[in-house]
Amino acid sequence: MNARLSLVSRSVGPVTTSRKSMLVSELRSPAQKHARGEALWAWALAGPALILLIVLFLLPVVGVFVMALTDWEFGASSLSFVGLANFREVIFDEVFRASLINTVVYVLIVVPGTVLAGLVIALLIESSDSCRAFYRAIHFLPFMATLTAMAISWEALLHPTVGLVNQTFAALGIPTANWLRDETTALPVLAVIGIWQNLGYAMVLFLAGLKSIPLDLYDAAEVDGADLWIDRLRTVTIPMLGPVLMFIVIVVALKAFETFDTIQILTQGGPGHATEMLLYTLYRESFEYLRMGYGAAVAVVFLVMVVTLTLIQARIMDKRVHYQ
Amino acid sequence: MSGIVLRNIRKSFGPTTALHDVSLSIVNGEFLTLLGPSGCGKSTLLRILAGLEVQDAGSVAIGDRVVDGLRPKRRDVAMVFQSYALYPHMTVAENIALPLRMRRLNAWQRAPLVGRWLPGTGMARRAIDMEVGGTAEALGIAHLLDRKPGQLSGGQRQRVALGRAMVRHPAVFLMDEPLSNLDAKLRVHMRAEIKELHRRLGVTFVYVTHDQAEAMTLSDRVVVMLDGEVLQVAQPQKIYSDPDDRRVAEFVGSPKINMFDAIMRERGQVDVAGTALSVPSELTLGTELTVAIRPEAFQLAGHAGPGVLTGLVRMVEHMGSDLFVYLDVAGVEHPVIARLSAERAPEIVTGQTLHVGVRPDHVLLFDREGRRVRLRDGAAAASVTPVREWA
Repeated sequence: MNARLSLVSRSVGPVTTSRKSMLVSELRSPAQKHARGEALWAWALAGPALILLIVLFLLPVVGVFVMALTDWEFGASSLSFVGLANFREVIFDEVFRASLINTVVYVLIVVPGTVLAGLVIALLIESSDSCRAFYRAIHFLPFMATLTAMAISWEALLHPTVGLVNQTFAALGIPTANWLRDETTALPVLAVIGIWQNLGYAMVLFLAGLKSIPLDLYDAAEVDGADLWIDRLRTVTIPMLGPVLMFIVIVVALKAFETFDTIQILTQGGPGHATEMLLYTLYRESFEYLRMGYGAAVAVVFLVMVVTLTLIQARIMDKRVHYQ
Repeated sequence: MSGIVLRNIRKSFGPTTALHDVSLSIVNGEFLTLLGPSGCGKSTLLRILAGLEVQDAGSVAIGDRVVDGLRPKRRDVAMVFQSYALYPHMTVAENIALPLRMRRLNAWQRAPLVGRWLPGTGMARRAIDMEVGGTAEALGIAHLLDRKPGQLSGGQRQRVALGRAMVRHPAVFLMDEPLSNLDAKLRVHMRAEIKELHRRLGVTFVYVTHDQAEAMTLSDRVVVMLDGEVLQVAQPQKIYSDPDDRRVAEFVGSPKINMFDAIMRERGQVDVAGTALSVPSELTLGTELTVAIRPEAFQLAGHAGPGVLTGLVRMVEHMGSDLFVYLDVAGVEHPVIARLSAERAPEIVTGQTLHVGVRPDHVLLFDREGRRVRLRDGAAAASVTPVREWA
C-alpha cells in the first residue's frame, strides 16, 4: 500500500487534492481509526473550557445584542422590540459622543505614557545594580493595590485646599487648580492616575523582556559602532522588545478602555461630562437610569470598538514585530 | 602595520582573577589562536583586545597606537561571536550594512523617515549597498540578502557574521569560537573557508577556541592559556611535539598524553613503572620527574625488557588506520594509551598481555613543577642507544 502510494505521488508529482482524498479513502487503515480516536479525545479535553466559554461569554454577548434591540428597563416585566432605535439614539446622543471622545483621548494619553514611562524606569533599574528589588517593588505596588483605595488617596492628594499637590505647587509658585473639578484638568489628571497605576505592570514586563536580550547583541552593536545609548536602543533594545511591547500596548489599551473605578470614585463623569467614559456611561444608563436596552446598545458599540482596535493593533504590529 | 602588542594585562572579576599579567605580541597579518579550556581567560583577553572589557592593568596597542580607553568602534577591529550575534529583526543586507551605516551616516541621516531626504544620504546609502553586495558576493550569500537571520542555516548565519565583520575592512579580525555552534562536517568546511579568508585578506586574525584541531589547522602560532596565564606561544607543530609545560602537553593531543612519575636512577636512565627508560639528560641522580609519552610513541615489542612497558589490554578502540590500546600497567594509576598502526597490530584482544616499546626521542620530561626538562639538543636525542628490541 505504502509503496504504491509513494509510487503514485512520485510519478504524479504534487498530487491534486481530489486525487489524494480518493487515495486516502481507499485506505481504511488502523492509522485512520487512531486519528479519529485522537480527535474525540481532543474534543473531550477541550470540552469543559468550550462549554464555559459559551455559557459565560458567547451567550451573554448574544444576550446583549438582543437586549440592544429592545426597550427593556431593569426590573420591568415586559419589553418590546424597537429595532435599531437604541443605536440611533446612541449615535445622536451628545453625552455618548462626549464619552466616546473622552475615552479615546484618555487611551491616547495613557497608552504612550505608560509604555514610555515603564520602559524608561525598566531601563534605569536594569542599568544599575543597587536596590533593584526595591525599585521594582515600589513601582509595581500601584498595580497590586486596590484602585478604589488608591483613588481615595489621590482624592486627598488632589484636594483643592489641603491636598499635598496644591500645597506643594503653591509653595513652589506654580499655579494651582481644583484638579478634579476643573473641566480642563479632570481628564488629564485621571489619565495621569491611569499611567501611575499601569506603569508597574509595563515595567515588570519590560524588565523580563530586557533580561531575555542576548548580551552578545549589545557587544556586536558596540563593535559595529552603535555605541551611543540612542543607537543601542534603536539597533538592539527596542526591536528585541517588540513582542513584549506589543503585548503591553494591547493590554494597557484594553485596561484604559475599561476604566471605571477612578471615575466612579473621583469625578462621577463630571464636571459636566468632562470625564464621562464609555464604561461609566454604560453603567450609568443601565443601572442608574435602568435603561437596559440603551445600555446594551452602548455595550455593543464598546465591544465592537475594542475588538476592532485589538485586531488592527495585532495586524499592524504582527508585521513589524520580530519574534525569535 | 597592524600588529598587536599586549603588555602585562591583568583582569579580575570580583575575587576571581581572569588574567594574570599576560603579555603577547602579534605580528601583522598573523593568524594567532588563543587555545585553552573554558574559563582559562582566552575570551576575556579577546574582549579586552576588542575594547568590550577594560583591563585592570596593562596596555593594548594595535598598530602603532595605544588603544586603552578607546571604544571598540575606534579600534578598527571586527569581531565574530560564537552566537553570531546577528540582529534578528534586520535582513541579511541590513545586518552587513550596519557597521558602515554607523560610521558613514551621521545621527540625523540614520533617523527614520527624515534621514532619507537629508543631503548626501542617498549617495552614501548607494555606496553602502554596493559594498554590501560585493561582500555578500564574495561570501556566496548574495541570494540571501533579503532574508532574516531566522530563515538561515547555521553555516549561512556564520557567513553573514563574517560578512558583517569584513565589510568595513578592519585591521584586525577577532573571532570568539566562531565554529562551535556548527555541526562537525560544516565546522571542517568553514574552517577551510576561514583559512582562505585570512589568506585573501592578509590582515591579522586573533581566534579563540577550545578545539585543538581548529587551533592546529588554522594558526600560524598558537597561544596555550590556562587559568589566566599564557603557558606557551609557538607554531602548532611545536606546541604538540615540544611543549614547554606539562599542562600544555596534557591539553594538546588526543588521546591524552601518558604521564608517569619517574626517578632518575642512573645517568641517562629513568625508572618508569619498574622499567628502565633511557633518556639523554644530565639531571642529578634521584631527581623526581614526570615522564610524558604520546600514545603514538609506543610500538609493539616482542617481549619484556628495558624500555618496554608490559601490561594487560583493558580495551581496544579501532579507529580505522589506527588502534587505541588501553593497557593496565602495574604501578601506573591510569591505563596507558598506545596508538598502534592497525596493519602492524591486527589481533589484539582484551585481556591479553602486551609489550610496548618506547621511542626514546619521543619521550618528554617535566620536573615536579611541571616545567619542561629539555634534552641537550637534537643530536643528543638521536644518539641514544636503543635499549630494547622492536617487534
